Formats: sequence, C-alpha cells, structure tokens
Amino acid sequence: MSTPLLSVKDLTIDIPVGGGTLNAVRGIDFDLNRGETLCIVGESGSGKSLTSLALMGLLGGKIKPTATQMEFDGIDLTKANNRTMRTLRGDRMAMIFQEPMTSLNPAFTIGNQLMEALLLHRNVGKEAARARAIELLEKVGITAAASRLSQYPHQLSGGLRQRVMIAMALMCEPELIIADEPTTALDVTIQAQILRLLVDLGREMNMAMILITHDLGVVARVADKVAVMYAGELVETGSAKEVFNAPMHPYTRGLLRCIPQPGKTERGARLGTIPGIVPNLVGGITGCPFRTRCDQAVEACRTDIPHRNPVENHRFRCVHETGHRTAETTV
Amino acid sequence: MSTTEPSKPVLELRSVSKTYTVKQGMFGKPKPLTAVNDVSLSLNRGEVLGLVGESGCGKSTMAKILLGLEQPTSGEVLVDGEVIGATDRRTLARRIQPIFQDPYSSLNPRKSIQDIISLPLRVHGIGDSASQDKAVREILDIVGLPQRVMRTYPSQMSGGQRQRVAIARALIMKPEIVICDEPTSALDVSVQSQILNLLNDLRAEFNLTYLFISHDLAVVEHLATRVAVMYLGRIVEESSVAGLFDRSGHPYTQALLKSVLTPEAGKGVPDTELGMEYPNPIAPPTGCHFHPRCPVAMTHCATQFPRPVQTPNGHVECHLFDTENGHNSGAPLARKDAL
Repeated sequence: MSTPLLSVKDLTIDIPVGGGTLNAVRGIDFDLNRGETLCIVGESGSGKSLTSLALMGLLGGKIKPTATQMEFDGIDLTKANNRTMRTLRGDRMAMIFQEPMTSLNPAFTIGNQLMEALLLHRNVGKEAARARAIELLEKVGITAAASRLSQYPHQLSGGLRQRVMIAMALMCEPELIIADEPTTALDVTIQAQILRLLVDLGREMNMAMILITHDLGVVARVADKVAVMYAGELVETGSAKEVFNAPMHPYTRGLLRCIPQPGKTERGARLGTIPGIVPNLVGGITGCPFRTRCDQAVEACRTDIPHRNPVENHRFRCVHETGHRTAETTV
Repeated sequence: MSTTEPSKPVLELRSVSKTYTVKQGMFGKPKPLTAVNDVSLSLNRGEVLGLVGESGCGKSTMAKILLGLEQPTSGEVLVDGEVIGATDRRTLARRIQPIFQDPYSSLNPRKSIQDIISLPLRVHGIGDSASQDKAVREILDIVGLPQRVMRTYPSQMSGGQRQRVAIARALIMKPEIVICDEPTSALDVSVQSQILNLLNDLRAEFNLTYLFISHDLAVVEHLATRVAVMYLGRIVEESSVAGLFDRSGHPYTQALLKSVLTPEAGKGVPDTELGMEYPNPIAPPTGCHFHPRCPVAMTHCATQFPRPVQTPNGHVECHLFDTENGHNSGAPLARKDAL
C-alpha cells in the first residue's frame, strides 16, 4: 500500500498548567498502513495515552494538539471540526479503553450500548443492528449472545466486559482501532485470549491497530511496528524484530534489562535498573530527555540530538551512532 | 520437600478453610462461598513462597488470614509452632507484616512519611520518640530513601518511593515474615526491577521469609524459591521453583506458564487452551474444579475430586498423576467449548 492510512508528523501537545506549559508530547512522527499493528510503549507519564486521545479528537477543551500533518485516509484531523470527528469516531476509527469497568455505562444494557454506534452511523433498523450485535458478540467468543444483550455491565466478569468493549469497537467495521492498555486490568490467562482475539480480528478485517501498553511482553508478541516513547518523544521506532533483537537506544536496552525473562535471566539475580525519575516536562526541555538517567550520557547530550537511521525503517535518537558511548564521543 | 531441615517451619497452615456467606440479589438465599478450601502449607525460614492464580482464587483471602485480619472458618495457623488464635493479634503483627499492591491507597495521605513509618512502633509502645526517630532514619537508609523525605507527605512522592515507604513500614518491626500482595503490579517496569532487587537484598540481610502473591509468573520465577498454584481455593500444585517452571505437572500450571508473554518478537500470542472463563466460586464445578477448562480432562474428572499426589518437589492435585487409582487411563472428556 503506497499511502498510509494514518500519517502523523510533528504532533505536539502542550497543556497549560499552573507553573507554565507542560510539553506532554513533543513532536512525534509515525505512519500506519492498513492491517498493521503499531505498539506505543513507555512508562506512565510518557504521553502515550495523550497521543491516542489526540488522534481521536478526545482531548479536553483547553488542550490543543498541533501537528504539521495528521491525516487519516486523506482527512486532515488537525482541521477537522467536531462534526467531522463525530462522524469518524465509532465509525471509521474506534477506541478500546483500559478499564472495561468504567468505560461501559452501567445504566444501559449491553445490547443498547452495542447497537448505539451502528444506529448512529449507518442507516439501519433496530432489527439489523441487533443481528449485527449478536454476530459480533459471537465473534469475540461470547456464547448465548442473544441473551447477553439484555444484561447490564455489572452482570459480566472483567474478561467478558472487555470482549463486549471489543465487539462495540468493531460494530461499524472501523479501519483504525486504538486500544489503550486493553489487557492491563485482566488476568494473564484472559490477557492472552483477548490479545489473540484482537490480532486475529485485525488480520481478518484488515484493520490498522494502535496498541498502547507498558508491557514489553505484549508488544513483542503483537506488534508489527514498535514505537518506544519517553518524556513525550519517540526515542526509538522500528519493526518489532529489529527493536527487540537489536535495541539501539539506551532507554530501550534499559527497559529490556529491567524485566526478568524466563530462561534468560538467572533466578534471583539482580535485575537491571534505570536510576532516577522521568524529567519534569514543564518548561522547555533541551537535549536528550533521558540523559539524567542514562549510563551512556556525555556532554553532547545537552545539545540537539540527531535522528539516526541505521537500517531502513529503524530509527532512534541518540548522540551516539550505535547507541553506545565510544572513545571519540566521550572526548 | 527436603527433610534435611530439622527446624520447625516458621509459618504453617493446617487444613485452613474460609467460607463466606454471600447473598445473591435482594431476595436471594444466602449461599456459602468457599474462598480457601482445606489448604495446608508450610514455609521455612528464609524461603520465598510464590502464590499464583487468577483473580478470585483466594490468594488475598489467604493473605488476610495470615495477617490475622480474617479468622479461618476451620483449621489453624501456626507461627513458629504456636497456634495463632483470635486473642493475640499484636504478637502476630510483630512477626508478620504486609506490603500491599497499591502504594497510592495504602498510605494515609494526611500523615507525614515519618508518622506512617513509625506508627507500628507507637502502636506497640516500643521506645521513646527519640529512639523511634532514630529507627525511622535507619530504616529509610535501608530501603534507599533520603532522610529529607521524613517530613514530606505521600502525595509528594512517586509510586516507587511510596512502595519503599510501605516496605519501610513493614520492616520497622523487624518481622520474620512479610506478606507481599502484588507489590509491584502498580509500578512501571523500571521501578518494578528496583523494588524486586530491594526485596531480594532485604531478604538476604534480615533472613526474611516472604509470601509473594503475584499474577506475574516471570516475577515469581525470578524471586521465589517455592511456588504454590491456587485454583478456586485449592492449592492444585506446590513445588520448588525449578520443579515447577522446568517440568510443571498440573494442566492449569501449564496453561499459566504458557500465558507468560516474554519479550521475544515474532513468537505471537500463545494459545492457553483454557476454553472457559473462570468459574463462579459460589457454584464450583463438580469433581475436579478445573475440569471444564482442562484441555486433557477425562470422564471421571467431572465426578471425582482428585487426591493430592506427592511429587519429588511437592504435591499436585490432578487425576493424571494419580496412578494408584488407575485414574490416568480414563477416556477423554468431550469439552463444551463454551465461554
């Protein structure tokens, strides 16, 4: 596919706070093709959720995202008004939130909430919407789907609720799905089932998917493309194989050292750590935001950090050409 | 378990059960819910027992019983060979301390860090304010927090720092046993590794015994010396960490191990082969509780409760391993692949 479904260039999100401006997202670029899965991984506060909300046009009134380009299938999202966004949301792009407990309305039945999007966006009758809802509930692995339609969210377990959320997002066969930590609140066994379901459905319907998570295990298993986010910047992007097999940025390497890996990490051995905390994003940030916690930091990290592109489609931002400090860069 | 250890276990559970009465609906009849079902366990000094299982399996009820926050319906809890009754919660609290999952809700936001950490000392009336102050400074050093945080409040701290405060509060009483209930689930990975390293160091330094409750099997494999797998209130498999992770027996343990997502690109999401959702604990399935989800269930699994079978490293509760009753030769059970 020549033109990407979603193309973002230099997306910036500034939030006015008491002490100045919080630069939550600072100029990120990415493209996404149909049928591809992009995982954005990063620690809390790195701006991953804000990025997804900006794409959906769901940021609060005071927060204005700016971008040189933010296009969804030729539609300029930066100029789209509320009306355009409303026709897109739930129809061509849909979102799955982290907490199935709080993102379903407790006062309406599952059926009501499932059918709402279809009745709103498509010219169909109630009967057709109902049939579609049953079809999708069955597709996400819920049995006795017809009887579930009259149930309320509190009558379902966490795993079932998340399946309902997925079914709801799929009602209008969207071209883009954004899933913000879809399995974080679930048990590991259910997590594996839900992720399999998302991957299979994405492939079947040729959907593009953005998955936001902090779990590197999930990223490695699900992603085609990976974007590692730190302090509002994408510090490393590339295919899942490249990023996991040859991580270039010191932050990516640090994260991978932090998690115990069965079969690789010796039981009870010391785990790697990343000392320090995420920098304060209020006020301007110059140089590399990771330099205060980085074991490869040198004086040059205070200056502008070059984008490096060692292999096709694998990019990272670091003053070191290989991501490691060498004799020449130290001097 | 090896019998070379002559010392008595520091913590022992003997046939402990806990049953709650749950009312279903406004006019529903109260029904019993067995959260912990006849569990026997023992922990030796310096061991780390990892307790794993899905939500609702009774892990946290076990922790509450051990902390004396809940009384078992039947059975007894022994600490250093002494039975813990309803009367001596204080003695129990000196020996067993908890670290909870969420450092955002387990610290009182209106108390300073010094107040929070020294509270156990004041409750038990240990020392005067000067010596309590000294103890707080010492423990802050041990958990790696700077002295200046003493006057700050939880809201001014990051998640990792708060969890360090929770650890300091647990350790100031010099307990023998620490119950860690998902201590790193709410933390970022870079902070999680710091806390896990700290817990490991403290165990070596103070010869602590941990009961480590977690749903993250990679973390349990890393930290634990023994592992108990819980399913619907029963411990279905108990083994040394090497025994469990290298050659697990119970099909449920295998499914749990399969669901661990290691950061290896290109492997795809594993199929756990667990068809159904976790069953309702109010109406547990007949026979082996696990049989409706078990990929290798046999006909008699639906009717007969499996006996615990001794293994070289512990025990497993599954008909597959019960050779004496001829239980390993039944016909496979047709599974209702329903949710």
